[in-house]
Amino acid sequence: MTDAAAAVELRGIDKHFGPVHANRSVSLRLRRGTIHGLIGENGAGKSTLANILYGALLPDAGEIRIGDRPVAFRSPRDAMAAGIGMVHQHFMLVETMTVLENLMLGQERGLGLGAGEAAARATLASFARSHDAKLDPDAVVETLPVGLKQRVEILKALHRGAEVLILDEPTAVLTPIEVQALFEELRTLARAGKTILLVTHKLKEVMDVTDAVTVMRQGAVVAERETKRTTPAELAELMIGRAPQPPARSPVTAGVPVLEVEAMTLVDPDGVKRVDGVSFRVRAGEIVGIAGVAGNGQSELIEALVGLRPLRTGTIRIGGTDATSLSVAARRRLGLGHVAEDRLRLGAIAAFSAAENALLGRQDDAACSRRGLLRRATVRSTLEGWMRAYDIRPPDPHRRLALFSGGNQQKLVVAREVERRPSALVAGQPTRGVDVGAAELIHARLLALRAQDAAILLISADLDEIRLLSDRILVMCGGGIAGEVAPEAVDERGLNLLMAGAEAA
Amino acid sequence: MRFSASPLRRIEPALVPVINLAAALVLSALVVLAAGSDPIEAMTALATGAAGDGASLGYTLYYATNFILTGLAVALPFHAGIFNIGGEGQAYIGGLFASLVCLFVGPPLGWAAIPLAVLAAAAGGALWALVPAWLFVTRGSHVVITTIMFNFIASAVMTFLIVNVLIAPGQSSPESVAFPAAVWMPSLGGLLGPSPLNLTFPLSLLLAIGVWMFLRLSRRGFEVRAAGANPEAARAAGISVGAATVMALTLGGGLAGLVAVNELMGAQHRLLLDFPAGYGFMAIAVALMGRNHPLGICLTALFFGALYQGGTELSFDMPKVTRDIVVVIEGLAVLFCGALQNLFRARIARWLGPGAAA
Amino acid sequence: MSEAGTELLSIVAATLRLATPLLLAALGGLFSERSGTIDIGLEGKMLGSAFAAAAMASVTGSAWAGLGAGIAVAVLLALLHAFAAVTQRGDQVVTGMALNILVAGLAPVLATAWFHLDGTTPALAESARFGSLALPGAAALAHTPLFGPVYARVISGHNGFVYVAALAIPAAALVLRRTRFGLRLRAVGESPDAVETAGVSVAWLRYRALIITGVLCGLSGAYLSIAAGAGFTRNMTAGRGYLALAALIFGRWRPVPTALACLLFAFADAAQTRLQGVALPVLGVIPVELVSAIPYVLTVLLLAGFVGASRAPRALGLPYPTGR
Repeated sequence: MTDAAAAVELRGIDKHFGPVHANRSVSLRLRRGTIHGLIGENGAGKSTLANILYGALLPDAGEIRIGDRPVAFRSPRDAMAAGIGMVHQHFMLVETMTVLENLMLGQERGLGLGAGEAAARATLASFARSHDAKLDPDAVVETLPVGLKQRVEILKALHRGAEVLILDEPTAVLTPIEVQALFEELRTLARAGKTILLVTHKLKEVMDVTDAVTVMRQGAVVAERETKRTTPAELAELMIGRAPQPPARSPVTAGVPVLEVEAMTLVDPDGVKRVDGVSFRVRAGEIVGIAGVAGNGQSELIEALVGLRPLRTGTIRIGGTDATSLSVAARRRLGLGHVAEDRLRLGAIAAFSAAENALLGRQDDAACSRRGLLRRATVRSTLEGWMRAYDIRPPDPHRRLALFSGGNQQKLVVAREVERRPSALVAGQPTRGVDVGAAELIHARLLALRAQDAAILLISADLDEIRLLSDRILVMCGGGIAGEVAPEAVDERGLNLLMAGAEAA
Repeated sequence: MRFSASPLRRIEPALVPVINLAAALVLSALVVLAAGSDPIEAMTALATGAAGDGASLGYTLYYATNFILTGLAVALPFHAGIFNIGGEGQAYIGGLFASLVCLFVGPPLGWAAIPLAVLAAAAGGALWALVPAWLFVTRGSHVVITTIMFNFIASAVMTFLIVNVLIAPGQSSPESVAFPAAVWMPSLGGLLGPSPLNLTFPLSLLLAIGVWMFLRLSRRGFEVRAAGANPEAARAAGISVGAATVMALTLGGGLAGLVAVNELMGAQHRLLLDFPAGYGFMAIAVALMGRNHPLGICLTALFFGALYQGGTELSFDMPKVTRDIVVVIEGLAVLFCGALQNLFRARIARWLGPGAAA
Repeated sequence: MSEAGTELLSIVAATLRLATPLLLAALGGLFSERSGTIDIGLEGKMLGSAFAAAAMASVTGSAWAGLGAGIAVAVLLALLHAFAAVTQRGDQVVTGMALNILVAGLAPVLATAWFHLDGTTPALAESARFGSLALPGAAALAHTPLFGPVYARVISGHNGFVYVAALAIPAAALVLRRTRFGLRLRAVGESPDAVETAGVSVAWLRYRALIITGVLCGLSGAYLSIAAGAGFTRNMTAGRGYLALAALIFGRWRPVPTALACLLFAFADAAQTRLQGVALPVLGVIPVELVSAIPYVLTVLLLAGFVGASRAPRALGLPYPTGR
C-alpha cells in the first residue's frame, strides 16, 4: 500500500469541540485513482475529519498533504483551489434555480453571465458524452429526483476542477437503483484518475464499491483494510467494538386489529399522488414493519395516519372507531401514539426544556393538566423516572433539548410516546442518527410495548431494524404496497427488488 | 450529576442589558453634545424630571402603565411567533368602545360602569386584532402588513368619528364631552403627588403577572408558546396552531385596548384625538428590550416611562434640547438591547470567568 | 381634450409622482430582502436621507450636494443595519425598527440644533431644489390629438427623480437576471449554504445588497425633501417606508410586480384626494377622513384575496451562519 502514489494524506489530525475529542491523532492515506471508504458509527468522528479535509473546519493539530506537498486550508475556498471537492449529505443547491445556474454559481467568469454559462454548458455536454445520465441544463433543481440532484452536486465539484471528491453519506436518500448508478459513476471517475473518499456507516456499500477502507471509532482510527481482504462481519465488529446483541423477540399471539387502513389514497398540494390505494391492518400485540427507501410515500402515510394530512380517499380506523376525519388531538385521545421520523421538525421543540418536551402531545391528558393549569411537578417527576429508565443523559429536566445529543433526544421522544401506553403506535425511523446503545434500548422498549398488546407500525429504511422487530413486513414502493413478506422468509435481494418496484422473487 | 453554575453566571442575563443600556446612554450623551448642549446637565434634568419628587414619580408610573400594557400586547403574540405592530390601532378602538360605555352607560350606572368600560376597552382592542389574526390564519395574509393597515384605518375612522360625531358641541378642539366623574378611574395621585397616576397602574402589574401565569402555568399558554417555537411539532402534538395564534394576537389586542382605561378614564377623562400617541410603536422596543418576559417588560416600561417624564421636564428646562432626544435614547436603547445585544456578550462572558458562556 | 380626459391625465401624472418615492424605496428593499435580510428600516433611511438632503441643500444652496448628502446618510444607515443584522446576526426586525425610531428622533434634534426652527429645516429656494424637466418637443407636440396631451402632461414635465425611478425598474430586473452579482444575490437569499460552499462570501454579498438599498432609499428620501417638497419636516415620510414594504410583499419580491403595486397604491392615493367632497352614486359624499383610508382598506382586501402567503426568499430573516 505504501508504494502507490498518495493523492491526499492526513497525518495526526486532532480536533476538539469543547470537551469532546472528535478526532484523536487521525491519519489517513488516499491513493490516487481509488475509492476509499471511511466508516464508523454516528459520532465516530468521520464527518469531522471530512470537514477538516474540505477546509470547513480547522484542525487543532496535524497536517494535510496533497500529493506530498503540505497544505493549510483556512476555508473551503483554499481546499477547492487545491482540487478538493465535497458532495454534502444535505445538498448545497439552490432549489429554485436551474441546473445551469447552480453550476455557474461561483464560477461565473466575468461580471455578466455569458462566459460562465458557456463554460457550464461545456461541462454538462462533456459529462453527457462520457456518462449515461442525461441532465437538462435548464431544469429547475426542485423538480429533479434525488439521484439527479446528487449528480448535479458531483458535477459542481468537477466543474471547479476537483481531483479529490469527498462524498458524505451519499446513499441515505437514494433508491437501490440510484445507488448502483452512483457507484458506476464513482468507478468511472476513479478510472479517470480521480480520488474518492466515501464517508458512510453502511457496510454493504463499502464492500461493494471501495478499494480500501478505514474504520473509525470514538474519534480514532481503529483499523485499515483492503476491501477485498475483509468481511462485513469483521468491519461491523471493528465499528462497534463488540459483537452486536439483538434483543429477543418472543412469540406473541396477535389480537384484534387496532389500526386499520383501507384503500388510502393521498395527493399532495402539487397534485402528485403520494399514497396509492394502501390497505393493511395492525393487530394488538404485533409489529408490522414497512420497508422501503425514503420518498416512496412513507412520510405521507405517517402524516395521514397521525392526522396531519387529509386523505383523498380511504378510511382509517383506530380501535374500531372511524378516525378518517378526526383531528390529531382526537386520534391521540383514541390511543394513537407517534414517534416522528424527523424528531426536531415534528417530534420535539429544540428551544424548549426536556420537561416541556415531555408535555408535547400529552398536554391535554389528565396526568399533565387539570382545569387548564399544567401539572408541572407531576410531569417533572414522571420525566425523571423516564430519564432513569431510558438512561437519558444528563438527567436534567430543565435542560434545553437542543443541548442533548441526538440519541438522548430520540430516547426522550420515544419514552414520551411509549410510556403513554398507546393502543396503536406509529414509529417512523425510530433509531435514525442514534448510537448503537440507544438503538438497542429503543428496540427493547418497542418489543416491551408489543408484549403489552399495543399495535405497532414501524416504518424504517433500515432493513436490519425491520427484520429484527417486525412480525410481518410490508414493502412500500411508489406510494403503494408492493408486497408482504415474513421476516424469516425474506432475503436481501428479494427485498431490494420489491423496494425497487420489481415483482416479488 | 449536576453541572456547576458559577454564581456570576446567574448575573449575566441581567448584566448584559445593563451594559447595553449604558452604551445607549453614552451615545445619547454624545448626541446631546453634538446638538450643542451639556450632556451632564441634560442627563441630570432627565433623572430629576423623572423621579425628583412625588408628582414626577407619579407621572413616570402613569406613563409606564401604558408601556406595560402595550409591551405585553406585543410580547404575548411574539410568543406565538406573531409580530403585533397594531398596538396603536388596537388602543384607539379600545378607546372608542370604552368612551361609548362611559358616555352612554356611565350616567345611569355610575361607578358600576367602570368594570364594563374596562371590559369594553379590552373588547375593542381584541376585536381590532382579531380581524388581522383571522385573515392570517385563514388566508395567509401577512400580519405585519394587515396590522399596519389597520392602524391607519383606525386612525381614519376615529378621526372621522371624533371630529364629526362625538365632538363636544360648541367645541373647536377635537375631543368628546367629558366623562361623568363617576366613571373616572380612581386616582392614585394622592399617594405621591398630583399626577394622572390611577388604578390602572396596579391593574397593569396584575395583568403582567397574569400574562406570566398564562404563558408558564396554563395549558393554553403552553400551546401558544409551542405554536410559536415550532408550529409543525405543535401540530403533530395535537395543538391547533391557528387557534393558538388567534388567541395570542386577540389577547394582545385586548391588552393594548386597556391603554384607553389609563389615558381616557384615568387621566384625560374624555376621548381625545390620537391619544395612543405612539405607545403602540414604542411598545415593540419595550417588548424586545424586556425579552418578551413580563418582568423584563415592567422594568423596561419603567425606564421608558422615566424617559418620557424626564423628557418633558428636560424640554422645559433646556429649550435647546427638544423632546425628540428622548426618542433618540429610545432608538439607541432598542438598537443596543435588541439588535446588538451580543456585541458585548462575549466580552462580558470572558470577564465573568468560565462557566459564564451562554 | 374633454374635461374627464384632462382629469384622468392629471390623476395619472399625479400617480407617477406619488409612486416615485414608494418605488425607489421598494426597489431598495427588494435588493436587501432578496439577499435574505429583512428590511423594515426603509422608513428610517428615507427620513434620514430627506433630512440630510434638505440640510445640505439649505447650507450649500446646491441641490446636487443635498442629493449626495442624502444618499450618503441612507447608505450609512444601511451599513449600520448590515452590521447589526449580518455581522452581529442580530434580530433584523428589531434593527430595522430601532433605526426608524433613532432617525425619527435624531433628525428633529439636529434640525433644531442647527437651524433653530422646531424640528424642520428652512424652506429651500427654487435654486436649491430639483425642478421638473420638460422633455424635448413637449410644447410643440402638445396639440397633436391624443398623443400630444399624454406626452405633454403625463410623460414630460416630471421631476428627474421620476424618470430615474422608471429606469430603475428595468435596471433592477437586468441586474438580478443577467449579472454575476444578481445570480449570487438571488442564490444567497434562497440558500446561503450553497453560496458559501461555492466559495463566495455570504456576508459581503449581503453588505453590497444593503448598500444598494441605501442608495435607492437615499434617492427616495431626497426626492421628498428637495424635489417634491422644499425642506424637511418632522416625520415627513408618513409611513411611506412601510407602504413600500407592503408593495414589495405584494410584488412577490420581483421588480415589475412590485412597481405595479407601487403604482396601485399611488393611484389610490391620487384618486382619493380627488374624491374628497365629490358626490359618488349611492354612497353620496364620503367624509374626507374616511376617504383617506381607502388605500389601506384596499390593501387589506387584496391581501385577503390572495390565498396563501406569497413565497418569500427562503433564507429571509435567518442569520447566517445559523447559530448551532
